[in-house]
Amino acid sequence: MSDTQAPISSLADRARPVDAGAPVVGVHFLGATPVFVLGEDVLLFAGDDERRVKTHAGVILASVSDGKRIVTGGDDGKLIETRAGGENRALASDDKKRWIDQVALGPEGAVAWSAGKTAHVITNKREERRFEAPSTVAGLCFAPKGFRLAIAHYNGATLWFPNTGAAPERLEWKGSHLGVTISPDGKFLITCMQEPMLHGWRLADGKHMRMSGYSARVRSFDWTAGGEFLATSGSEQLILWPFDGKDGPMGRQPKILARAEARAAVVAAHPRQPVVAVGYADGAVKLVRIDDDALILARQSDGQPVGALGWDDAGQTLAFGTEAGAAGVLAL
Amino acid sequence: MPTPDTASKIPVTVLTGYLGAGKTTLLNRILSEPHGKKFAVIVNEFGEIGIDNELVVNADEEVFEMNNGCICCTVRGDLVRIIDGLMRRKGKFDAIIVETTGLADPAPVAQTFFMDEAVGAKTKLDAVVTVADAKWLTDRLKDAPEAKNQIAFADVILLNKTDLVTPDELRELEARIRGLNPYARVHRTERAKIDIAEVLGRNAFDLDRILTIEPDFLEEQDHHHDHHHGHDDHHHGHGDHDHGAAHHHGNGLKHYHDEDMQSVALRTDKALNPDKFFPWIQDLVAKDGPSILRCKGILSFKDDPERFVFQGVHMILDGDHQRPWRADEPRDSRIVFIGRNLPEDKIRQGFESCIA
Ligand SMILES: [Zn+2]
Repeated sequence: MSDTQAPISSLADRARPVDAGAPVVGVHFLGATPVFVLGEDVLLFAGDDERRVKTHAGVILASVSDGKRIVTGGDDGKLIETRAGGENRALASDDKKRWIDQVALGPEGAVAWSAGKTAHVITNKREERRFEAPSTVAGLCFAPKGFRLAIAHYNGATLWFPNTGAAPERLEWKGSHLGVTISPDGKFLITCMQEPMLHGWRLADGKHMRMSGYSARVRSFDWTAGGEFLATSGSEQLILWPFDGKDGPMGRQPKILARAEARAAVVAAHPRQPVVAVGYADGAVKLVRIDDDALILARQSDGQPVGALGWDDAGQTLAFGTEAGAAGVLAL
Repeated sequence: MPTPDTASKIPVTVLTGYLGAGKTTLLNRILSEPHGKKFAVIVNEFGEIGIDNELVVNADEEVFEMNNGCICCTVRGDLVRIIDGLMRRKGKFDAIIVETTGLADPAPVAQTFFMDEAVGAKTKLDAVVTVADAKWLTDRLKDAPEAKNQIAFADVILLNKTDLVTPDELRELEARIRGLNPYARVHRTERAKIDIAEVLGRNAFDLDRILTIEPDFLEEQDHHHDHHHGHDDHHHGHGDHDHGAAHHHGNGLKHYHDEDMQSVALRTDKALNPDKFFPWIQDLVAKDGPSILRCKGILSFKDDPERFVFQGVHMILDGDHQRPWRADEPRDSRIVFIGRNLPEDKIRQGFESCIA
């Protein structure tokens, strides 16, 4: 394996620089407008005219978007929804002012969030429900089908059905689970763990999958177009686990692309094409074509870890930002 | 890959101590002194903190075992999340103080800084500071394993409420503490009154600072010459004494041997063979890690002009070359293990076999 790859083509000088001026911890698009979530409490709308919207009275700990609104949880114990015009309102607040550090958006306007061990949902019927997890909630995501919420916690994950009285389904695996996602076909639930590995369950029969080989804890993952692969950070390369068959990655090797000196810090899959944007710990952003490992440089490394990146809905524009507050928007 | 250097990492001080020892008094003292520093304070849910202009976060002390099935490989899950969140306020505070409950084991807190790469990249463990109640410490060491853990684990110990005991009792207590933990700095205090510099900014977990093992070990000896006798070099009083057995080694070093917790100090002036040493220590902590609370060492390897320093918590080892040996210092290798029911003879033999 040689690190001396041929010089890759670069679009870096075509990116429009944005001076975020604060660490970039999230990237979303509201319509065509890139919005950077900044440490501590500001959403930076980086459209034709730049606008900074202060949201929380504290730090934004988590953010999520469906393209129409951004929902943020903060250390002020508030859950706030911000729309494209910059107008915002509190959706909920924790009665003890505990940190709201997990948020997820679901079908038909549903929202989930957690503070401590309690997961909350505002259902598609606008009813609020809550669930007590066995330990602090460390990850939330809605299943693509049915009204189910996956909750990651210590020693496993729980599937909760907020609209029915059905008993929550417990998926057990020893250790601390710090994030959760469900495959777009709804067949697999994957968590990232305190250890540098992922764990997975096939929901039909609870069969386990261990996905290891990382050099660090996996902190970022995303499903590639069509749910073919789960793209993951946590290694000095882009690691893609295959989910195209009925067995998922069981007994198969991951695809390993875009080898680099620096660790992949964040990943964002192109919404339409088999391409993944990877942000590295040295500040570089690369577009990786899954079929042939062709690379395009979208941002030069500058030694500052990439904090977040994201695509617009059509996959025409990529936005990225670093922990040092440098950001950019690249129209393709 | 560029990683933030040690200097830019936020120092974290861990405050432990049994209920009522004066931990919260010390915390409030630290926060109210005019030191010009800003702190983020992580307190347990039952803590009472008298200062409200600081950044205070409640934690619920979730101790999570790792997936490897080993009971000693634990992290504080809440700290992993809280520190991640706090670092989004970077620049708003200079240091973090973690106050634990009286029943807490310090090891998972310390291990969090070594086991979680994201936490370790942005913060560094500065010191574990334990507050002990002079009046009740002897009793707690008998009936509360947590209290013993906290003493054995500490870098700095405040022997507090010294006004409630006699000078003789105090000396006895210090010897007890030394028997459990020969390398902690012990301060006698009343109402947790102490120069803050003795508590914060200690760099006790900094590999560059693992220098103080021997001085503390030795400086106690003179105080106790008059009180204890028995020059049997190799007597060990495990198991059959309520108060531990005190004895002098031939060279004047004095030990209290606790019933189950003790330290093992190793030393040689012969160079070590790194190809023997590393497999030995890795095997030792893999097998006996659960009973080793902490270890620290300075090593001289054959044909190596630099000192190698290392430290460990249970099964985790962290080590690096520190600096060239100076011409005027003896090239000794020294290691201290602190733990429960340590297999002392096996450790000594293993260490001897690493001599080049
Ligand atoms: Zn262990």
